[in-house]
Amino acid sequence: MTTTAQPALFQSGTEELISGSEAIAIACALADVDVITAYPIRPYDTVMQYVAKLKADGAFDCDFIVAESEHSQFEIVKHASAVGARTFCGSSGVGWFYAFEAITVTAGLRMPVVAMVGNRALDDPGAFGVEHNDAMAVRDLGWMLYWVATAQEALDAALLAYRVAEDPSVFLPMALSCDGSFLTHSQAIVNVPAAQQVQQYLPPYDRGRLQLHPDNPITVAPQVNEDWLMEIRRQADEAMRRSVGVIKEAYAELNEVFPSSSFQDQPSPFIEEYETEDADIVIVGMGTLALPVRVAIRRLREQGRKIGFLRVKFFRPFATEEIREALSRCKAVCVVDRDYSFGSPSYGGVLFNDLRSALYPLESRPHILNFIAGLGGREVHVNDVNEMVDITQKAVDTGKIDQETTWIGVRE
Amino acid sequence: MATVAVEVVYRGIFQKTLARNIVRSIVFAARKEGKIGTAFGRYGDSPERNGIPAKQFAIVADDAEELEENLARYEASEVDVTINVDDTMCKGIESWAWYGLQPINELTKPGGTLIVTSRQEADDLVQDMHQKDSPYDLSIIRSTVSFSGLWVYKDDHTDVRILGNLCRVCPQLVSLDSMLEAIREQFDNETKVASARRAYDLANVRPVEPGEGNPETPFKFELPGWKEMEEGLVIKAIDEGTGFRGGEEGYQPVRNSVFKKFSTRSMRPIVNFETCIKCTLCWLQCPDTCFDVTPDGLYDANMESCCGCGVCEAVCPVPDCVTMINEQHFDDNSSQYEAWQADADGYKQWMTNLIDVQKQESRTHGFHHVGGYAEEIAESAQPGGDN
Ligand code: SF4
Ligand code: SF4
Repeated sequence: MTTTAQPALFQSGTEELISGSEAIAIACALADVDVITAYPIRPYDTVMQYVAKLKADGAFDCDFIVAESEHSQFEIVKHASAVGARTFCGSSGVGWFYAFEAITVTAGLRMPVVAMVGNRALDDPGAFGVEHNDAMAVRDLGWMLYWVATAQEALDAALLAYRVAEDPSVFLPMALSCDGSFLTHSQAIVNVPAAQQVQQYLPPYDRGRLQLHPDNPITVAPQVNEDWLMEIRRQADEAMRRSVGVIKEAYAELNEVFPSSSFQDQPSPFIEEYETEDADIVIVGMGTLALPVRVAIRRLREQGRKIGFLRVKFFRPFATEEIREALSRCKAVCVVDRDYSFGSPSYGGVLFNDLRSALYPLESRPHILNFIAGLGGREVHVNDVNEMVDITQKAVDTGKIDQETTWIGVRE
Repeated sequence: MATVAVEVVYRGIFQKTLARNIVRSIVFAARKEGKIGTAFGRYGDSPERNGIPAKQFAIVADDAEELEENLARYEASEVDVTINVDDTMCKGIESWAWYGLQPINELTKPGGTLIVTSRQEADDLVQDMHQKDSPYDLSIIRSTVSFSGLWVYKDDHTDVRILGNLCRVCPQLVSLDSMLEAIREQFDNETKVASARRAYDLANVRPVEPGEGNPETPFKFELPGWKEMEEGLVIKAIDEGTGFRGGEEGYQPVRNSVFKKFSTRSMRPIVNFETCIKCTLCWLQCPDTCFDVTPDGLYDANMESCCGCGVCEAVCPVPDCVTMINEQHFDDNSSQYEAWQADADGYKQWMTNLIDVQKQESRTHGFHHVGGYAEEIAESAQPGGDN
């Protein structure tokens, strides 16, 4: 795959008023992505629109293919990735599900595709608002999963994603989950690094001996059965384990190269802690939920309540040790899921059940309560956060949990 | 400074770029003063439908923490300034997202300002707007509806005229100098800068007192709880037989209360029942199934469903049988057929009169007479409002 000239538009760093989606499109231009495929579905479509605009403006030279469906969209990047092209695509809600066969294969074949999931409720009804179930569906398949909270972070995380996914010791795809509306359709001030800085950070994608090329005759994906498959799975498992170290290194270097990255005040690539140091109750959540939660915590702290927030950034790989460490100090954990898992343990959400299982081996475990909130894009307000904190506080005070999972903000 | 919020209410797609220019310029201007801001569209309006009311917001704050109080929302909880770029929406706005009818001034803070681009007089606009129990100011910018939209961008300076006016009525937002600087940077056009400055100089306001305006309670949808809601995403149809009074009385227009949709339109059709040849085309082609079949086989457009698309006017083969009329001339959604039945002569006079007025007006379809453009330019250069 030929590498194209660096886009002229981003020769020097700039400040832009852009949405999270537009920030990812710009990250693609900065990363000089070779092949981008698209198929419109809200809210992901805001990325493809901006990629198309950058290309039309002459700011970005890539192969931009609008496929006839999501399935083809993901098939194309999978194949492009096999021949050594840096690729990007994405989708939302049921569109992401329509591509699912290709999505599972992408991880199975260890293709470092980077995708954006504009989080959207699954149909029916055809609601556009955010729920995390769409992206969550790949959590077991070998996709790394990152949840973004701000437009700046969307850009930073996209650059991090290429660096990690394309590391030969990883070669796994990565999805960037962006809450529909609050990230995809809200414009914020974003610092865009210079293309040169990005070049310095991001080496070219080199698939090495796995590259499908006439000069390197190989067969990719032969039919195999039970005598081969388990080893293949174990390899993917090991790659996911290796990704942890790669992420740490790539994250540290990103902070060195980009002084304006949103990660500067966050020591860990996997989680962000806010006022957790002395907290009795720690709220745990992902994505833009962070915004109302932080506001609520500031107000609660003014009243002397010791509340903190832990934002899970990487859901896969799940930072088991770090999360254990961070939550071992508090009395209770209040997990907010913007997803559902009907019939799951305690009828709780996906984040809750993963987190509870991570904390199980702790000698002294905090109380863990689950709240299902903000489904279908319903706003989570400061008073919703207060309600969750109060219910959790009651468990702390009485020493017992009345109800493990509570739906917040639902009309009874 | 506390946080300052501004909303732009506009016709989806047709005025999208106009709204976007306004909210982005506000954030850019605030940036010049070291403040931080965000610009966003109301997600429920998206994907925008042609002509259906939509909103965009600009929120400006001193620092990131202050701004955070207003993020991850669909709408600001209240705004310092509401900007309405199509005066027919003074009657209230209805997103296609089933939010019900929102008064145009619903989010306007006590003491805030509502800026409207209009050729109507302030008193007429106030009559259309729902009552509030707190005072606010109305500031009119003399202008026809500007269609600076997604497909066709008509650069008539409405964006910068609004921005200039805004700096005058909301001085706590940004200074005129910062705004002019932001305009210069974005558009690289000194004439646009001059337009903004001129609008700043011409700006004036008409105070609106508590209780002034339309006393009606705006239409809302019932939002049932999960225990009462029908399972399986099912909405019951209206009962069989509803819509007919039975026997001689026959016809009665009615619509399912959860599917009402009417304030989205800027124009509505009126029907000449005497020249109608009952060809059924309007009934077939209306995208919202508005036409009720009357007992005598005529077609009555139900104004509880009409989005004002104009398809019926376009398909009707009889001249002047279906005519689209500016929505500002109507006060209710009553049945035209029933009015015609009750008083055929009176109806005819009313209809003919409206068609005459429409021919003099220059709403959406451009200028209706030679010289209309020059007249409007002259008018635009005048201060808005009554005082
Ligand atoms: S304008 Fe005519 S065709 Fe369009 S919705 Fe109204 S009645 Fe139907
Ligand atoms: S299209 Fe015109 S003539 Fe035909 S039924 Fe409708 S109103 Fe009558």
